[in-house]
Amino acid sequence: MGNFIYKRSLQSLLSLALLIILVFFLARLTGSPADLYLPLDATEEMRDQFNQRFGFDDPVYVQFGRFVVGLLQFDLGESIQYSKPAVQVVLQAFPTTLMLAAITMPIVIAVAIVTGSLAAFRPGGMFDRIASLISLIGASTPNFWIAIVGVIVFAVWLRVLPTSGTGTPWHWVLPIAVLCLRPTGVLVQVVRSSMITALSSAYVKTARAKGVRSRAIVFVHALRNALLPVITVASDQAAGIVNGAVIVETVFGFPGIGKLMIDSVLLRDFAVIQAAVLVTALAVFIINIVVDITYALVDPRIRHS
Amino acid sequence: MSEPRLLEVKNLSIQFPTRKGIVHAVNDVSWSVDQGETLAILGESGSGKSVSASAVMNLIDTPPAVISSGQILFRGRDLLQASVEQRRLVNGKNISMIFQDPLAALNPVYPVGWQIAETMLVHGIAPDTARRRAIDLLGRVGISDPERRAQDYPHQFSGGQRQRIMIASAIALQPDLLIADEPTSALDVTVQAQVLDLMKELQRESGMGMVIITHDLGVVEKVADKVVVMQAGRIVEAGEVAKVLSQPSNPYTQRLLDAVPGRHGFSVNKAAEAGPTPLLEVRNVSKVYFGRLKLFSSAPQPQVRAVDDASFTLSMGETLGIVGESGSGKSTLARMLLGLDVPTAGSIDFDGKDLLKLSAAETFKVRRRMQFVFQDPTASLNPRMTVQQIVSEPWAIHAGVLPKQQWGQRVAELLHKVGLLPEHAERYPHQFSGGQRQRIAIARSLALQPELIVCDEAVSALDVSIQAQIIDLLKELRREMGLSYVFIAHDLALVRDFATSVVVMYQGRIVEQGPTEQVYGNPQHDYTRRLLAASKVHPGALAA
Amino acid sequence: MRSSIHASGTAEMARPAQAAPSAFRDIASSLARDKVALVSAAFLVVVMICVVVGPTLLADQARAMNLMQRNAAPFSLDRPWLYILGADALGRSVLARIIVASQNTMLIAGTAVLTSLVIGGALGLVAGFKGGAIGAILLRLADAIMSFPSLLLAVIVLFVFEPGVANVILVLAISRVPIFLRTVRAEVLELKERLFVTSARAMGASTPRILFRHVAPMVLPTVINLAALEMAFVMLVESGLSFLGIGIQPPEITWGLMVSDGRNYIGSAWWVAFWPGLAIMLVTMSLNLFSNWLRVATDPVERWRLQTSAE
Repeated sequence: MGNFIYKRSLQSLLSLALLIILVFFLARLTGSPADLYLPLDATEEMRDQFNQRFGFDDPVYVQFGRFVVGLLQFDLGESIQYSKPAVQVVLQAFPTTLMLAAITMPIVIAVAIVTGSLAAFRPGGMFDRIASLISLIGASTPNFWIAIVGVIVFAVWLRVLPTSGTGTPWHWVLPIAVLCLRPTGVLVQVVRSSMITALSSAYVKTARAKGVRSRAIVFVHALRNALLPVITVASDQAAGIVNGAVIVETVFGFPGIGKLMIDSVLLRDFAVIQAAVLVTALAVFIINIVVDITYALVDPRIRHS
Repeated sequence: MSEPRLLEVKNLSIQFPTRKGIVHAVNDVSWSVDQGETLAILGESGSGKSVSASAVMNLIDTPPAVISSGQILFRGRDLLQASVEQRRLVNGKNISMIFQDPLAALNPVYPVGWQIAETMLVHGIAPDTARRRAIDLLGRVGISDPERRAQDYPHQFSGGQRQRIMIASAIALQPDLLIADEPTSALDVTVQAQVLDLMKELQRESGMGMVIITHDLGVVEKVADKVVVMQAGRIVEAGEVAKVLSQPSNPYTQRLLDAVPGRHGFSVNKAAEAGPTPLLEVRNVSKVYFGRLKLFSSAPQPQVRAVDDASFTLSMGETLGIVGESGSGKSTLARMLLGLDVPTAGSIDFDGKDLLKLSAAETFKVRRRMQFVFQDPTASLNPRMTVQQIVSEPWAIHAGVLPKQQWGQRVAELLHKVGLLPEHAERYPHQFSGGQRQRIAIARSLALQPELIVCDEAVSALDVSIQAQIIDLLKELRREMGLSYVFIAHDLALVRDFATSVVVMYQGRIVEQGPTEQVYGNPQHDYTRRLLAASKVHPGALAA
Repeated sequence: MRSSIHASGTAEMARPAQAAPSAFRDIASSLARDKVALVSAAFLVVVMICVVVGPTLLADQARAMNLMQRNAAPFSLDRPWLYILGADALGRSVLARIIVASQNTMLIAGTAVLTSLVIGGALGLVAGFKGGAIGAILLRLADAIMSFPSLLLAVIVLFVFEPGVANVILVLAISRVPIFLRTVRAEVLELKERLFVTSARAMGASTPRILFRHVAPMVLPTVINLAALEMAFVMLVESGLSFLGIGIQPPEITWGLMVSDGRNYIGSAWWVAFWPGLAIMLVTMSLNLFSNWLRVATDPVERWRLQTSAE
């Protein structure tokens, strides 16, 4: 098991390194920050001074070297826009996003497992058909659109929820609901098909021959075997939210990391882009390790490989 | 009849609706079994032999299936009238069941001790007691160190051990009846015998009734008192085992019996006449698979010797049988002969040329002379290609052997030769039965007019009666075309009936080889003797 | 002896080996049976018609401002039929705009998926069949792209280059290549161990022959099914990009852009944002349903099961 997780971590770290290199160079393709931050009539002298201050006067490879050295000392540079360390800017925005993910994912997983399992118990039955239809609608709805529709209905017409902001718990209701929608729709379908496979397996027949109750067959015997693909998809979804729920953050005015990243690209705030990508990638890296450990806990064959 | 039978199935009919109309899975089937008695339900695939037993266990989903008539009386009480909950309480407690493939039938994610205890837990035994008894049961069915092994998972056991674990779980509550669906079909011959012995022993101890569903006459003879023979959903013959097997009254039963190799004595197979040079000469061939070296570990690189120092020769017109159980290395040997795997050491000479030293172009030429038939015809034929495309593929690969305009006619000839019809050329493999598919594979192997055909378990996946037909076809081709075969199988009787000489493999090594009659008549190696003893199909009593 | 072989052969053949129905007819009849799939297929055909002829027929109506119809509400019978779904703040018919925008929306998604299918499929074949170092490198690269916050990649690329139709397609295609690469690779890894591939090897078949004759045709149904699903997903992403203002720019229109425009008027004219969003949802749903059906209809194992279940 240790071997398995070690190997997977090594692979993830490699991808992470690739990602950071990619971001560093791609970000610099967007153009010179000096064009953006200095007035149009800025003199050559002012530009030099600006570039010197943020180190943009050196060749790109020197900048990259400095970035790597800084990285090893946990120094990710300074934000041009906010004039403070980029890490600070990022760590201010990140908790909001983490919170969104931490509330959304448990809801998604719980709803999907219960609904999907019940639907799989009688494929083609009434419950299955209704659940399949609703999950399909959920998976197919553009979330920016449902966010707007949600605002129209609950904030504008019914006036029961606020339109945007983060002040009270009520502010979180619509964003969370919108964030849950598509992942739940997708995950219900994954649970359902995985459970149908598990329920038609030979060990379920054995359990029936032993006289095990239907509920125990579904939730003890079949579910644990059906979990692996569910974990995979759910972790991808969690990673998606951690990487920035840009649309929800934008529509509902949540100061999360997704919005920060996009804004930083538009404002050529390289240090913040790099720091944000690094922090989210680390979070995703941790999610992946947790997922690998969960795999091993769920399936002893992985543990012993 | 004053005392009701232990279990009596009366006039049971079950239908499955399909797109092609209603299928009568079992039709007016009746059988019964008493305490201490063993009933065998014998039939080939598709005969409906396991359907009635599944109905007893309430394993058939209705809908889609329809139980249109009949009764299942357990001690006189009709289970079909009982509620779902009542039937659940019967399962595992009064009647229990084990299945063919114990790896699939055990839940892979729970320890085996837990799975045995579960049978007891669901029927109201306290967790502590259940856990203790599960360990006792593991010991009883012959798992050593049960205390520790109870914590292990199914994949950590061998096939035979897994079936023992299934049995332990089935007998946990001392049921009145044990139903076993092909309990030994997935196991090696020697293991089969041990598992059957265990079942008989447990039956003697507890006096339970047993129903064994099987396609194997050997199993019927070994364990059953009564037998019902099923064909196409109906019972065609029923009675005492000794009587049915010695004096079958139904032609189908007769055919089944005749299909068993050696039933009427074994044919003696002599090589036409050995040519001056051997066609195939295998010298000191070994195949070692190396595991991965671990980083930061001083452990030596793990390795598996799949084949260890194997040598044999095959003369023109000869048929060499290679027998062995799973893991004996016989299939690895076949792969090396066909150039699919490269030996770690040794040499393979074909017609005097060392295959391992040939250039790519020369190897390509040799492949024309050496063809193959694999075990599973369903898997070895591309499902997206027509029979015409499949059989003519060798000519497409080996350009210049046959001009394209003659392919159609030649395919028709080959199909005729293997007992199929020319119009079958336009169909797809899935439209044929298993035996017919194997005929297609044989037709393909003949396309290049090879001198040698390597058959890797070529008939193992087929029903007994179909097996016999395919073997007859191979014999006929041998006579007609002077073919040589390397015939790999685990069924000893089959090899005896077909091969001129035999190689016995055990754990990667050849432990014995020689002319067929010599090896079977006077086995030298201990393992060969064990193998022969375990697979003895006809005890003396029946031969008479 | 000879005759006995034939006798037994025909006895075995007594089972009905039905005449080969063409695969096409098989699939068509399966579609006719599945009502849900039929409806979604029909809807997709209607959308395709809009894509092809919509802009030529309605381009002017979609652009024409009509101050009389400003923010006209939907379902009003006393207006021309084109205003059945209402009009936007400039008095343009929402229906006409949706039909015209279908071309850009579908074209972008379709081209992006096709591009990633071809590139990812080819790389997946190589990675799966060759394996080794090339396979490992391709896989790690795919992982890196996958772990890139999806919108960030789009924002950077579209910021560097012009956010025109071609570049949006390029960005979407790149971000979906890994999916096809992984899927095809996994399929190929499994297929190359299959017995019929081993058979071909033992006959001496060359690598190209095995790849194109035996492996590719087996992978194709999976890939087509995946493409339908991806098409739905890419549509959602593209409309999200447009919504955020970093995708297609006006005067070009897509459904996502229309929702974004309408957002400013949700208080007064909800229909401007509502209908294009509904269009996205319906097309996405239809693609999902259609691909579900496609998976079953083109899976040989599944078809096999249906056909042999009678035996």
